[in-house]
Amino acid sequence: MNVQQLLAQFQSQGLESCFHGRHIQPQIYADLNGRNWGLQDYLARGGYQALRTILGLNGEAAWTQDQVIACVKESGLRGRGGAGFPTGLKWSFMPRQFNGQKYLVCNSDEGEPGTCKDRDILEYNPHIVIEGMAIAAYAMGITVGYNYIHGEIFQTYERFEVALQEARAAGYLGQRIHGSDFSFELYAAHGFGAYICGEETALLESLEGKKGQPRFKPPFPASFGVYGKPTTINNTETFAAVPWIIRNGGAAYLACGKPNNGGTKIFSVSGDVALPGNYEIPMGTPFSKLLELAGGVQGGKLKAVIPGGSSAPVLPASIMMDITMDYDAIAKAGSMLGSGAVIVLNDTRCMVKSLQRLSAFYMHESCGQCTPCREGTGWLSRMVDRIEQGHGKPSDMDLLDSVAENIMGRTICALGDAAAMPVRGMLKHFRAEFEHHIKHKTCMVTAAVTAGEHHG
Amino acid sequence: MNTTLDHFSQHTLSRFQHELDKYPSDQKQSAVIACLSILQQEHGCVSPAHEKALAQVLEMPVMAVHEVFTFYNMFNQQPVGQFKINVCTNLPCQLRGGQKALEHLCQKLGVGVGETTADGKFTLQPGECMGACADAPVLLVNDRNMCSFMSHDKLDQLIDGLQQAEAKP
Repeated sequence: MNVQQLLAQFQSQGLESCFHGRHIQPQIYADLNGRNWGLQDYLARGGYQALRTILGLNGEAAWTQDQVIACVKESGLRGRGGAGFPTGLKWSFMPRQFNGQKYLVCNSDEGEPGTCKDRDILEYNPHIVIEGMAIAAYAMGITVGYNYIHGEIFQTYERFEVALQEARAAGYLGQRIHGSDFSFELYAAHGFGAYICGEETALLESLEGKKGQPRFKPPFPASFGVYGKPTTINNTETFAAVPWIIRNGGAAYLACGKPNNGGTKIFSVSGDVALPGNYEIPMGTPFSKLLELAGGVQGGKLKAVIPGGSSAPVLPASIMMDITMDYDAIAKAGSMLGSGAVIVLNDTRCMVKSLQRLSAFYMHESCGQCTPCREGTGWLSRMVDRIEQGHGKPSDMDLLDSVAENIMGRTICALGDAAAMPVRGMLKHFRAEFEHHIKHKTCMVTAAVTAGEHHG
Repeated sequence: MNTTLDHFSQHTLSRFQHELDKYPSDQKQSAVIACLSILQQEHGCVSPAHEKALAQVLEMPVMAVHEVFTFYNMFNQQPVGQFKINVCTNLPCQLRGGQKALEHLCQKLGVGVGETTADGKFTLQPGECMGACADAPVLLVNDRNMCSFMSHDKLDQLIDGLQQAEAKP
């Protein structure tokens, strides 16, 4: 057996993460099995019909650009990458009449800890992203696009390149698509290990072949994007939602979720659950239902959940069990839906140790451009580290909060906030654990678990 | 005379061209990450001479190539063994045994984190989020191959398999 054959044996087949049959009314993950990712299967599922419809290839009149944007606006689709910005509104910011090259970019640099939804979309349904991007390009008068894919999922990048070749060969990409006046060429690019490149302007820098250091905004990408040209950038899942919206109408999509939170959302559930994986469910589904789909908590009782990727403030079990999974409900509870990564922690988990790992991550990934982030992430990490190891000082509690507060809002991009928010969330809801570490130089949770074992 | 042709085979140059074709002709620099990753795949590491020659191909300053090479985590800043293994230890993976997987490999290979085995076969490194959190524990072999659900048994199979696969011509 050669090396490639050997390594193939350990490759994920998506059975656990995607083809488990426990989605609720899925749109993006519907009817996938891991083998039907190619063009012919996508066409058999009704693929590229939305693109054909707007181009007027299905016997009726072509849609205007305004019609497409109005449909997406009506759907209530909000950006699935983390910020939740209304997609139709973003598309309307594009200066469509700009006399020169405009670009469309898909952000598939999925590296927010806890998130693995875009990988499964690109791996098992790549054409839905291509079709979504082609529709977006049509709506904004764009002729060239790039899909920037996380470097760590290289096999997925290679699959997407094959899908692009299929789409070109079948005339769904290229010059004058299926005889229409619309031309769109799409290419795949990849990163090589930099969390910061998930930030949209860092991604644009990276796409230009530079270090991924975020740009000041404004100017926003809509006026100054790739190569200084007007650019619209959306997340993979956002583009993947578009074909369904065009086929079924904006109102139908909105009706799948709840007002201001249209459609389905893919949640990546990881950590202490029996069945970690991606779950596509309607927006507004109770968290308790999502937890049930993921097989319930494993190894103990539910203690806390980081509901939107590692940058989102942690929420205790009591709050989580009462809320629904949508932008507004999670924001009201004091956290954010973010990228839809749900990290579940059971009651044997030490929150100091959990934060220690996250703070080390942000220190490692800070691009170093802004002083509050470059110095602050290291300071936070060193403090949490010493608290965890029993060397914390009582004054560290206020200092942690103060350093976090002084990073927030004082950096070019959101990585600084992303490093600070978990710290503040932990201090807000689990302050006692940090104080215990400082006072007793041991872990409160380990002590309780050990005591439980002795008594039990 | 021609540094570029001295350094890169026709095969490599054609792979570069595939990347270059994606970008406007006056934006060759855009292909730098892809080209560096191709060089790392073919040679295991990227030498200063490679960087210089690549800078010529992409019509960009050598320092700009080096800047990119040192910014992105997956580029090897030091020589690595035949098989570089990166185990994700970020929080979602840690909760499902990522850190334990790394420690198991340390024990099995008899090396510390960041070290290379004496025979030059394996380099063991921790990794940050690979975007496969539901498959934890996960690891990457030589940047491009992800291995999922790596229980201790599977880790043993992987290492033993790589030892044997390498032994045969």
